[in-house]
Amino acid sequence: MEDLVLNPHDLKIINQHILQYQSMPGALLPLLHAIQDDLGFVPEIAYPLISSALSLSVAEVHGVVTFYHHFRSHKPGRHILQVCRAESCQALGSEALETHIKNKLGIDFHETTFDGTITLEPIYCLGNCACSPAVMIDEAVYGRVDSKKIDQLISDLKRAS
Amino acid sequence: MSMKIFISKDSTALSLGADEVAEAIAKEAQTRKLDIQILRNSSRGLFWLETLVEVETASGRIGFGPINPNDVKSLFDADFIKGGKHPLALGLVSEIDWLKKQERLTFARMGITEPTNIDQYIEHEGFQGLKNALKLNPQAIVQTVTDSGLRGRGGAAFPTGIKWKTVLDTKATQKYIVCNADEGDSGTYSDRMIMEGDPFVLIEGMIIAGLAVGASQGYIYLRSEYPHALKTLNEAIEKAKSVGYLGDDILKSGHTFHLEVRRAAGAYICGEETSLLESLEGKRGLVRFKPPLPAIEGLFGKPTAVNNVISLATVPIILARGAKYYQDFGMGKSRGTLPIQLAGNLKRTGLVEKAFGVTLRELLYDFGGGSLSGKPIKAVQVGGPLGAYLPESQFDTPLDYEKFSEIWAILGHGGIVAFDETVNMAKMARYAFDFCAIESCGKCTPCRVGSTRGVEVMDHIIAGKDVEKHTTLVRDLSDTMLNGSLCALGGMTPYPVLSALNHFPKDFGVDAKETKA
Ligand SMILES: Cc1cc2nc3c(=O)[nH]c(=O)nc-3n(C[C@H](O)[C@H](O)[C@H](O)COP(=O)(O)O)c2cc1C
Ligand code: SF4
Ligand code: FES
Repeated sequence: MEDLVLNPHDLKIINQHILQYQSMPGALLPLLHAIQDDLGFVPEIAYPLISSALSLSVAEVHGVVTFYHHFRSHKPGRHILQVCRAESCQALGSEALETHIKNKLGIDFHETTFDGTITLEPIYCLGNCACSPAVMIDEAVYGRVDSKKIDQLISDLKRAS
Repeated sequence: MSMKIFISKDSTALSLGADEVAEAIAKEAQTRKLDIQILRNSSRGLFWLETLVEVETASGRIGFGPINPNDVKSLFDADFIKGGKHPLALGLVSEIDWLKKQERLTFARMGITEPTNIDQYIEHEGFQGLKNALKLNPQAIVQTVTDSGLRGRGGAAFPTGIKWKTVLDTKATQKYIVCNADEGDSGTYSDRMIMEGDPFVLIEGMIIAGLAVGASQGYIYLRSEYPHALKTLNEAIEKAKSVGYLGDDILKSGHTFHLEVRRAAGAYICGEETSLLESLEGKRGLVRFKPPLPAIEGLFGKPTAVNNVISLATVPIILARGAKYYQDFGMGKSRGTLPIQLAGNLKRTGLVEKAFGVTLRELLYDFGGGSLSGKPIKAVQVGGPLGAYLPESQFDTPLDYEKFSEIWAILGHGGIVAFDETVNMAKMARYAFDFCAIESCGKCTPCRVGSTRGVEVMDHIIAGKDVEKHTTLVRDLSDTMLNGSLCALGGMTPYPVLSALNHFPKDFGVDAKETKA
């Protein structure tokens, strides 16, 4: 269930970031990043706040959030697992790895595991193409990932939470 | 005196466990009461040998690799810090053939210095180019860059000096330098290596660009997939500021240059320069119509030089050693060196900086060592997701912008992705359409609709349905996209698609003789 009003904690964070970025030229992306860094997503109910602070329409804010793959408008799981789908990783079996991960987690891309641990996302190149296939978990990149290695990484995540 | 041990903190090294190796070495040294110092430097780009552990000796740094944490005990047992014998010993790193055969100009410091150590940067020729530039007028800086023959390394290969001249000649109260660090092309990582490993060279290049065109503000538009680069760049910018290389009075010259990193947000199209500028302005990344050129009306409507990371990072050595030094490397109209990134199914992947003219075959076999799987290499894609697939019969093509255009291929950002014989090229063509559909900015119909339609048609071909009819359709769609797209995303998706079809018709279920080249 998405909240219908911003909770006081999130509201405070969003307002702080608005104050910090409001007067910057081209402020919208830096502001959205700051919010997502702290909250994990950009809550839709915050669009009016953001839009009025930057003299934009709510539709413009919505347009920007949806244009960029990086921004999310819904709360993700505790960890983000991104699997590279681009050519170098394909050349070393990323398709099979992707299928393995989806089966193991029982979810498709853009979904979150039932226990709220992992959100699975596709990504197109992590710049780790010298050691394909690559995945990224939160901010850590892993190279030469096979099914054994990913199983280990996933069970580490599950154990930690 | 404590022994110096060097381990990279490049994110590819980290992706293979460099932190764990460093930790294991520190722990083992403590247990054995050995006095060592572990320094985390940039990567040599010998990624097939990462985690590479280097030890300082009187004759130079000797290497061991690839090292896993569980090799560490045996390294100590072999007394590696005194250069003892070990199965993973590599000898002097600078003498490793793979490295020795390169011409490292832009990547001269890689693997040697610590990324954000400004003193080390200066010791290794850092800021020499800037010092020379400060003695020249803007026209002379632009002329030097023009004379060097440097062409944009972001893909379009436009002469950097000519772009700068346009910005210089356009009168305005405010101008900008924008560094395109979106590095969206698959198979490429040279921008990332520079930003994580030698950030000052990019900063220096941007300051020189600012002096050349009269811009006082720079932005680095950095892809969001590179968190390590973000940290390193910000740290380096703070250091450069604190010692007067950035700010209101650079080295007391009276010149101003401010620099800021802005994060992208995972849209491939934002690597296209006008889409990038829209994004920097806080909007959706819709491609702009040209003209006006960004050099005349760019960021916030002001004259803007948009350049790739490698283009900018190459400027310091040109100013330090002179245009002639740089332009003596290369062939034809492709002057200087290209940082080539070996990726995909190869044994020895990594960064090869070579003068233009090296052939694909040398790169794939002499450097790359052939396929990792041991199976024959069937196809390579050069230049990212919009680059053509080349078959074995074209492997003798030298890396040169014009030679590649002659065979309807591109060099792009210098990424080379190898595939072995298990690849199905019809699937790769489908992927090219799919990628275009996912990343299209949606502004023009041929790209937006053509790519989605392309996926459907490829699905029929892969299923073996009406193959003749559908391959004709693929050609028609490709024609429309080639001729009717506003930018190269729609306009060049036909490169991977048609090259796959023309060179590997069997994978599409059609006879070679029936496909027209
Ligand atoms: C779809 C598309 C994506 C691009 N992505 C990048 C990129 O990630 N990095 C880059 O430097 N140039 C990219 N370019 C090229 C830029 O538009 C532009 O030519 C380049 O940044 C200019 O810098 P240079 O002259 O130094 O190469 C892209 C172009 C297109 C059409
Ligand atoms: S070709 Fe595609 S990405 Fe380029 S402007 Fe047209 S719709 Fe946008
Ligand atoms: S293609 Fe997967 S990391 Fe570059």
